Amino acid sequence: MRKIKHGKLAAGCADSCCLKLEGLNVQLQGDSILEDVSFHLHCGEIAALIGPNGAGKSTLFRGILGQISYKGSITFSPARGPAIRLDDGPTSGLRPLVGYVPQAPSFDRGDPVSVLDFFTAATAKWPVWLPVPKQYRDRAAACLARVHGEDLLDRPMGGLSGGQLQRVLLALALEPVPHILILDEPLSGVDIEGEHQLLEMLDELRTQYDLSIFLSTHDFATLDQFADKVILLNRRVLKSGPPDEVLSSPEFYETFHLRMGKGGAQ
Amino acid sequence: MSVWYALVDLLPFEWAQPGQMYFMKHALLAVLVICPLFGILSTMVVHSRMSFFSDALGHSAFTGMAIGAICGFHEPTWAAVIFAILFALLFNLVKRRSALASDTVIGVFSSTAVALGIFLSTVGGRSFTRFNSLLIGDILSVEPGKIGLLALILLLVLGLWTVSFNQLMLSAVHPALADSRGIRVFWQETVFSMAIAVVVTLSMTWVGLLVINSLLVLPGAAARNAARNMAQYHLFSLLGAVLAGIAGLMTSYYAGGSAGAAITLYLAVWFALTFFVWKK
Repeated sequence: MRKIKHGKLAAGCADSCCLKLEGLNVQLQGDSILEDVSFHLHCGEIAALIGPNGAGKSTLFRGILGQISYKGSITFSPARGPAIRLDDGPTSGLRPLVGYVPQAPSFDRGDPVSVLDFFTAATAKWPVWLPVPKQYRDRAAACLARVHGEDLLDRPMGGLSGGQLQRVLLALALEPVPHILILDEPLSGVDIEGEHQLLEMLDELRTQYDLSIFLSTHDFATLDQFADKVILLNRRVLKSGPPDEVLSSPEFYETFHLRMGKGGAQ
Repeated sequence: MSVWYALVDLLPFEWAQPGQMYFMKHALLAVLVICPLFGILSTMVVHSRMSFFSDALGHSAFTGMAIGAICGFHEPTWAAVIFAILFALLFNLVKRRSALASDTVIGVFSSTAVALGIFLSTVGGRSFTRFNSLLIGDILSVEPGKIGLLALILLLVLGLWTVSFNQLMLSAVHPALADSRGIRVFWQETVFSMAIAVVVTLSMTWVGLLVINSLLVLPGAAARNAARNMAQYHLFSLLGAVLAGIAGLMTSYYAGGSAGAAITLYLAVWFALTFFVWKK
């Protein structure tokens, strides 16, 4: 896989587009969920967010998606042009597009929603309770082709495997192609084969569209195969950097209550 | 109406003779308006797991009637419509703010509404029996003006379905995903539940409170057995509702008995049929 190695935080943002989070604080019902979270995401970079359950990973995503209010700032600097604050609201025409692949929703096996219905409902105005015309069908097929899923078009959503559902959600997040792609635990509920396919696909996508990919995961074993940067979060950013650096840090061992083994930090 | 009479007069039934039995001709037209209405709404009631909620709405509609009657309105139905809309809005607000599961919130609302209705309708030693007709319903007493009103509501629901069905479906499937695509999930759900509130309240007098929820649940539930996509889902739901509506009205005419109950029984048969024919 292609590796892009970036320097320390805050450096190296000059020429490429970049999402900057600075001093992010989130409180929900008086509880502090995120404290002073700062880091940068670059284009063409895959960053992995790790941390225990309840560390604030989903909250952080929701902040970037603009679904919750926060203190601090999230700005997006395109390769050319001025930086944009994300909380300036949708009035700014230059607002970056954020694609979001949620944790796979649970569909009942009997849900009468085909992949085509789902896709058309999310991307077109055509009401899907009427038979879907060919132009929307073709477009959905083209979008699914990006994730090698064109054969899934007429399958019911409830009948898809974890990996297939993940691909449909990914295809949806890529329509329109976003600047930043967020995936909430994309590797859970997916078998090894599906995991491999998904990671290959993400690598393909970031090269092809030069987007930043930001995903959360509990699967540490594969991190150094795909991630350019790992961010260890537990309410605050405890450590961030290249995978081997984070995975061998005392912060990592402490957070997950692991004993220091060989190759651990000093 | 004269066009409708002329059309019905072509049918080979004893009640379809020209110049008589107008109540039956009105009832048939009402069924052809009410059943599609419920057939359409039923798809999303079932899909977004709102069958318990629609049941609670039926109870609140009755309470609205009682309030309307106490306030001395000539047409307590309108008081009931307003009450049901407020009920739906308040329910959605509480559901959003509360950490309770939605069926618990519905239980709280439903029991409060029923208790209020019973208390208000019996306060001062009055008898409850004047509300009995609401419980059973009587489609044969429907008047052309009411059919026109229901037809207008049907058009409005079709409009709502054309404009916002996609958003509503996505909100039901995955609220967070819908939100990330700019859909205002809360308002989608609230407007939909208000639509149910209006439809339930306006048709309660003709269908009967005790069976009205089955009309909101059975067509969608049966269609779900058979359908593989949204278009089929709507087709089966509509088809089931309309066929059961016509068959139920005929049965009720020839055998006596409540039309609302007969329609529900036909829908139950339709459900059994789809269940056994298309086992998934």
